[in-house]
Formats: sequence, C-alpha cells, structure tokens
Amino acid sequence: MLSRFAALCTRATLLLGAALLPGCSDGPWNNPNPESPPGLLTYQSVMSPLPPKHLDPALSYAADESLFLMQIYEPPMGYHYLKRPYELLPLGVEDFPLISYTNAAGEPVDPDTEAVAFSVYEMTVRADARYQPHPAFALDDQGNPRYRFTDPAAGRQYRQISDFPELGSRPVAANDYAYAIKRLADPFNASPMLGFMAQYIVGMEAFSERLKDIPRDGWVNLDQYRMDGLEVVDERTFRITIKGRYPQFSYWLAMHFFSPIAPEVDRFFHNPGFLDRNLTLDWWPVGSGPFMMVKNDPNSEIVLERNPNFREDYFPTEGAPGDAEQGRLADAGKRLPLIDRAVFRLEKEVLSLWTKFLQGYYDRSGESHGNTNRVFDQAFVVGPDGVELGAELAEHGITVAPDVKPAIYYYGFNMRDPVLGGYSEERRKLRRALQIAFDTEEYLNIFYKGNGIPAQSPIPPGIPGFVEGEAGINPYVYDWVDGAPQRKSIAHAKQLLAEAGYPNGRDARTGEPLKIFIDVQSQAISSTSMNWMDRAFGRIGVQVEYRPADWNRTREKLLTGNTQIFSHGWLADYPDPENFLFLLYGPESPLICQCDGANNASYERPEYDELFRQMRVLPPGTERDALVARMVELYREDAVWLFGYYPKDIYLNNPWVHNNKRHGISKNTLKYVRIDDELRERKREEWNQPVIWPLYAMSALLIALLLPGVIAYRRRLRATARQ
Amino acid sequence: MFAYIVRRLLYAIPILIGVNLLTFTLFFVVNSPDDMAASQLGDKYVTPEAIANWKQKNGYDKPLFLNSQAAGVGQVTDTIFFDKSVRLFAFDFGRSESGRDITTDVATRMWPSLAVALPTFLVGIGVNICVALMVVMFRGTRLDRGAVFVFVALMSISYLFYIIGGQFLVAKTWRLVPISGFHTEGQVWKFLVLPVLVGVVAGIGAGARWYRTLFLEEANQDYVRTARAKGCSELSILFRHILPNALIPILTGVVVLIPSLFMGSLLIESFFGIPGLGSYMLDAINSQDFAIVRSMVFIGSILYIVGLLLTDISYTWADPRVRLS
Repeated sequence: MLSRFAALCTRATLLLGAALLPGCSDGPWNNPNPESPPGLLTYQSVMSPLPPKHLDPALSYAADESLFLMQIYEPPMGYHYLKRPYELLPLGVEDFPLISYTNAAGEPVDPDTEAVAFSVYEMTVRADARYQPHPAFALDDQGNPRYRFTDPAAGRQYRQISDFPELGSRPVAANDYAYAIKRLADPFNASPMLGFMAQYIVGMEAFSERLKDIPRDGWVNLDQYRMDGLEVVDERTFRITIKGRYPQFSYWLAMHFFSPIAPEVDRFFHNPGFLDRNLTLDWWPVGSGPFMMVKNDPNSEIVLERNPNFREDYFPTEGAPGDAEQGRLADAGKRLPLIDRAVFRLEKEVLSLWTKFLQGYYDRSGESHGNTNRVFDQAFVVGPDGVELGAELAEHGITVAPDVKPAIYYYGFNMRDPVLGGYSEERRKLRRALQIAFDTEEYLNIFYKGNGIPAQSPIPPGIPGFVEGEAGINPYVYDWVDGAPQRKSIAHAKQLLAEAGYPNGRDARTGEPLKIFIDVQSQAISSTSMNWMDRAFGRIGVQVEYRPADWNRTREKLLTGNTQIFSHGWLADYPDPENFLFLLYGPESPLICQCDGANNASYERPEYDELFRQMRVLPPGTERDALVARMVELYREDAVWLFGYYPKDIYLNNPWVHNNKRHGISKNTLKYVRIDDELRERKREEWNQPVIWPLYAMSALLIALLLPGVIAYRRRLRATARQ
Repeated sequence: MFAYIVRRLLYAIPILIGVNLLTFTLFFVVNSPDDMAASQLGDKYVTPEAIANWKQKNGYDKPLFLNSQAAGVGQVTDTIFFDKSVRLFAFDFGRSESGRDITTDVATRMWPSLAVALPTFLVGIGVNICVALMVVMFRGTRLDRGAVFVFVALMSISYLFYIIGGQFLVAKTWRLVPISGFHTEGQVWKFLVLPVLVGVVAGIGAGARWYRTLFLEEANQDYVRTARAKGCSELSILFRHILPNALIPILTGVVVLIPSLFMGSLLIESFFGIPGLGSYMLDAINSQDFAIVRSMVFIGSILYIVGLLLTDISYTWADPRVRLS
C-alpha cells in the first residue's frame, strides 16, 4: 500500500509540474505584471498603501488622489514643469486670468485703493480643450443622451465604463468650470473646500444654503440655480468674482477643485442603479487632461490610458538653470504625453514594493507612498562621505531624484502653556534653550538618513521668502561658521536655561526638575527616537514625558489647547509664503476660531497678525518681501516651534525612466515621463533569472526525511513478533 | 433535525443583535462621528460646516442610541444605531464612508480570499493529518519525540516570520514566484503558490501536534489492537480505522472554519497583496470606515454561526449514533 501511495504522489507531482511549467516559459517566473496590450508603452507604478478614497475633484483633498486627478483633469491654471521657483501657467484656459477690481457698488476701481470690494477673474477656455471619449457624451439619432435610464433595471448590464459600447465627446465649455464650482458649493457633496472657498467666492455660501432645502431625488441640475459670483459670458468665457483682494486665488485655480465638470457627466452618473454598481463620478473621473481612466479596481490597480482627444501639448523648451546641462531638455518640443498607458498597483507592504522595484517590475520606487521612510531606509547607507545610495542600487544604475518638498514638519510649543508658553524674555530663553538642545541635524541623519533640511524659518526652499546662506539662518539657534550654519553650544543653551529660571534644568524657586510633555502620534514615533530625544534634552538637564495618542485624540488636544509640545506638518497648497506664514496667524488658532485652525501653537502677536493681513493682499515685490522677512524675524524671536525641517521628496528611478525631475506642487507630471522599453525588458530578463537549485535541494531534503521513516516502516512490517 | 436547524437559526438573531450592539459601541467609544468626518475630509481647512455636511450626507447627524427629540418609537428608530443596524439583517450593507457599495465590494473580494484560503485549508488539513498519522505510526520512538520537538518549534515561530521569510527566500532571493500581487488575467496560480505554501507550513506545527494527540488516543483503543491482530497493515490501521474514529474532534475544529474561509486572512492577504476580504477589513480599520467594519463583523458572525451549525450536522454524518433534536 505504501508503494501505491508513493506512486500516486509521484504521478500527482508530475502532473502538477506538467501543468505549471508551460506557464513558466514566457518571461521571468516572478513577473507580477500581466502582459500590457501590444503597442502601448506602459509605465508601471504603485499606489500608496491605501487606495484613493475619492476621485471626484470636489471631494478629494489628498496627495495620493491628486496623483490621478491631475492626469485626468485640467484646471484653469498649472505650473511650469522645470522652472524654479515654481511658475504658474495657464493650463485649461488660454491665458492668465484677466483680473479687474470693483468697489462695493460694482464700479471699476484702481487695485491699489482701499475701495476694492471685489476682484473679478475672467478666463477663456482653450479652443482645443476636449473631453475624453465617454458614454456620458454619447448621443442617439435624435441627439439625446444615449445612456439615460429611468429604471435601475434598464442599465444593469453596465458594471464598468468599458461595458458601454458607444462613446462620445465634446469641447470643454465655460459653463463646465462654473458647474464645477457650483458642485463645490453643493452641501450634498460635502466638499472639503466649501467652508474655505465660501469666504472668498461671492454668493457661494448663499448658494449652498439654498441648495440645502432642495429635495434630492436623483440628479439636481445645478445650472438651474444661480451663484452671484459666477458668470458665464459666452461658450468659452467665464468670470469668478471674489471678495476683496486675494492674489493667491490664482494659485487655487491650479488645484483640481476648479477642474471642469460637464453637467451631462454628472447627470450620467446619477442614472438609477449606477450608484449600487459603484458607477460614480467619485470612482470614474471624466476630464480633458492627457490621460483617461480605463480601469479602477481600488482593490488592485488603477489604469490610465492616453486620452486620444487631448489637446496639442509639448515638452517645455526651457527650464531652470542647469536643466539643459543635466539633459532635462532632451525631449524639448516633443508632443505629450510620452507614454501610452500607466498602471498603478496597490502595494501595501514595503518589502513587496521594494523587491519589485529592484526586480525592475516598477519603474519608480513610487509616486506617492505613505511608507517612504521605511522604503528609503533600505536605499541609503551611511558611507565615508555621508549618506549615499546602497551598492545594489548603484549596480542597477538606479538614479535618485531628490527635491525638497514645499512642506514643513515641526514640533511646536503651545504658546498658551503656563510653563513653556508666553512672550516674556524668560519664556523665550527657555524655548530657545530647548531649540538648541534639539540637534535637528543629528535627528535627521539618524532617523531620516539625512533626507531633510533643518528649517531656519517656516518657509521652505523654492518658496519666495526663503533665504539661503548666512542671511537666512536663525541667529538665536545658529552661528555662521566657515560658510555653514553651526548650532549654538549646549553651554549656551544651559546659560539660557539658567537665565530663564531653570539652572541645570531645575526650577530656581522650587528646586523641582523641569519636565516637558510632548504629544506625539503613536504611529509617527518610535521608541528609539524617544530615547534619542530623552538624551538630547538630558544634556541640559531637562526631562521629557511623551503622551502618545492616535490622530483623533491628538487632534482633540490641539483643538482644546490641551498640549505643551505637539508634532504637526504642512504641505503647501501653492508656492506662496502666505501658505506657510498663516500657520502662525493669530485668528487661525483653533482656540480663537473654534475650528480646525492651522495655528496649532496658538501664536498671537498683534504685530505679526497685522503684517500678515497686509502681506496677503500685496502682489509679489520688495514691499511684500520686507513684510515676510519681518514676520520670519518675529517667529524666530518668539521661538514658536521647537524644531522644524523641510522633508526631501526622494524618488528612485530605474535606469530606463527619463524626465525624473520632481515638482513639489503640481502632480500633473506623468505626461512628461519617458520610458526606454527595450532597456527595461532586457534588464528585467537579466535581473530575474530564477534560482533552481533550492527546488532540487528541498526535494532531496524531503526524501532524506521520508526515507528513514519508510525504511523503519518496512523493517517493522517484516519484523517478527519477538523483534 | 429540521426543527433543530430552525431553532438554531432563530437563536442567531439575538446573538447578531448583541454582536452588532457591541461593535457599534466599541467603535464609537474610540471614534465619534466628528472624528470620522474629520478623517474623511482630510487635515486641511476642515470647518464645522464641512463636518456637519459630511455627517448629514452619511447619516451620522442623529443621536447614537436614543433620540430624545423624537416622539414615541422614533426615540429608538430615529438613531444612528437603528439606521445602520436594522438593514444589515436584510443583507443591505449600504455604502462605505468613501461611497462604495459594500455588497458589491464583498461579492467581488470574496473570490480572491477563497482562492487563497481554500487550497491553504485543504492542503493544510491533508498535510497535517498525513504528518500526524506518520508520527503516530512511530509513537514512543525517537522519531516521535523529534517530531514533537519540531512541531513545538514550528508553533513557537511567529506567523509573520513565515511570511517574510517565505517572501525573502522564495520570491526575493530565488525569484521563483512573484513576491506579491494577484491577477485573474493569465496565471493566477503563480500568485497563490507562495501564500498557500506559507499558510500550510505555518500551520503544520499546531495542526499536526493536535491531530497527533487525537490519533494517539484512538491508537490505544481495543479495536486497533484487534485490527492489528487480524493482520492489517499499519497504513490500513491508520487510514481505515483510526482516522474515521477520530473524525468527531477533527470535524469540531475544522467544519466551523469552512464558512469563514470567505473572510480570508488579514495577514496573508495584506502581505501578499491579495485583494480579498481580509485586507478589506484591515483597510477599513486603518481608514476608520465604520460601515465596512460593521458589515464585516456582521458577516463574520453569521458565517461563524453557520459554521457551528454545520459542525453539528456533520456529526450525524461522521457518527450515525448522533441525533440532533
């Protein structure tokens, strides 16, 4: 019986092998990617650890979602791909907005006068802007929408957009931009932009209030309702009226919230039964950008393909200084996009992402990945010349594309805290002592492999107001020594501490040791970094206690001011100092505005607030620069944040990927990516030859394990009763 | 037996209500509707109006359990708990916080879960039983003692170690299969080999040791001695006599798991990128999507109850002396 069993096992193994081996013949065995459609140059990338939650431009407000939206939609404005500082350009419209100013009576006034009550932005849609082919635009013989159902059963055979056989398209109209803004105002959409934009766009709040009372049974045609601040002048021209002067509004026009939405698309997705099959605008964006979504499986992958109706767009012929020398203009003048298809696969685990990237199955280490720190831990090693790429990466010809993000991560002091807060000279000295003790350079080298720049002010590089060199250092924390900033000594910090009333870290009046409390998000801090901080503050005799909590609890503490030192971060919406300096604007304190204000330190200095109000309405120029410099000086003087750093956005590119310059603000850069497909195929084949010997070794081991058992069994069968 | 099944199904209703109440309470103790709204709306410019709009849109603008503003039955029915829970019993799971239809997602995702869980389950049982029977054959010998030592060692190793070790060796170093992923287009099997292998190997220690204990108990019974005295071979004794007689405890541990196979495995699916229900649940917990968590807990409870019922029914098949009443 045993031999029959063994024979059966052998036969089963052979059959299984025969079934599996033919599958192994085409390409490397470990290739996780299905074959791309023939003739389409495909870019392979990853999604962040979680799939996007929203792809409706009115609802989405996350960088990983913007990665898709900005390839599909074209808002009115955009950014130059290569030039730095970031340069705003018309994208969906023909030219920069024509801005006119009026007084409260609607009469034109000079922009520099106090009488300005409204700013009117007039824009003309590009004549060649056209929507992607989509069933929402398909018409029947009578010119009526082809897919308009009254009964859920009528359209039940359509489960994905690719199931609709008939497609249509039309040019982008001015009304589509107006319709998109009305969608922002529709309370039913619960757009995160409504509260903020209603402060500026005339009539948005009233429009929103009015829509609250409208019965919701299916689609509501927003064109039937008027918003005072919106005017569609003709087929291609529209006007947006905002309250007062707000020069930063042009930057907002470069965000996906202002992308055009065709009313018939909105109507299409409100067909009965579509919602139950996840056929919604939130999952199937429809735009006029360079790519269109052809597959959206949030569980697995999102696939974009070239939009055949995309307007004529070309690779820029000029860039920032040094771009030409570094070959970044090699594709100058070429028609965009440079690839046909882009696949973004859901990758949750760092090991998988990293392995597939090194095996060549991902072209880049990621466009946006929540675990980047852990990814790049494996990429860099500390060598004799500092942090450098690991040997395996260098051998693969992998290149690094670093870019300092227009962002800041910081630990702030609660300026209302009875121990650390306040504006007296003693309190300032106390905070400065802590600032000096926290060696940001060492912290970044240890925990971020040097992928960050210690912040000298709230304004990161690339944003007007950032000052390099000696003039740009925080003189309260650094000295300029041998052409570089050098942190002041611990002895100096101790002296400041003593002057603040805490000699050797003890309260001069009570003798109690000074203990500071840091609120941290549990997921964002490790025990090693807490140990490091203990040691850092221990050097000046200060004790630390950590209060880890999840984000909800941390947010609650910030809203109620129940914190002493907290961690936070800010990623720029647009490249203007106002977008960073408002993090310290008094009325933005959650305790004052009773909202999720950005000034979590509750910094209140009347001079700063006044300067901010003046600065935010000034156009770029020396006057504005002077105000910004003074505000930065106040921030340094008051020592509002314990430390801050500008994170580096690091992406690794396999050698066949070109045009890797990162853009800190704009995400619509996929159209510039170029792939050398021949090199990619060759390298993949070369890097992924399977190692077969372990299979033989394991078989031999299995036999070696089984054999003694078989022998013992046979011996037992042949044994006599006495044996 | 029919009456028994009906009675057991009726018992399930209060159990499901209790589970639902418990899930609801636990979730909202740590996560208020305001927290949910804030996390869904992002970190920037979140105004109280935006939070109020989100809550209204998603049906979280009512009291949790008791609506003192309402009259009569409305005090109970016009609440978040009632709104969100009652329709679960009609298998209407509603929408996730990001607006997707949960029923559609569950129906789509259960197949990848099953594709991994079913072979892991079947191969795992087969391997564990075979290994346990082999060890029982050599009971009391050094081979038996060595095997028990190996089983305990295998049990002591973290499941994560098997996953990461398997990925590192088989996929990264030897490049025999993809390290993760899942595609229905083309060769699905190559995405399943490693997770199934890891699942089976990780389960051998505990599984084989458990079956060994069951078989050892049977191996000392009189009928085994009789069979041996009749001249039956050891293999015949193991597979034809001991195995069928040890089925009751095996079924107790195994049949209850069958319906739950649809639910997938949190760890395996997450690490191997399998878009199944296990990773669905994990993502929902991470993104604080209560609608999904609630639905998955509800489905899990139902499947567990069905599993227990099936276990009882399977006893009658394994041992005709058992009668359900």
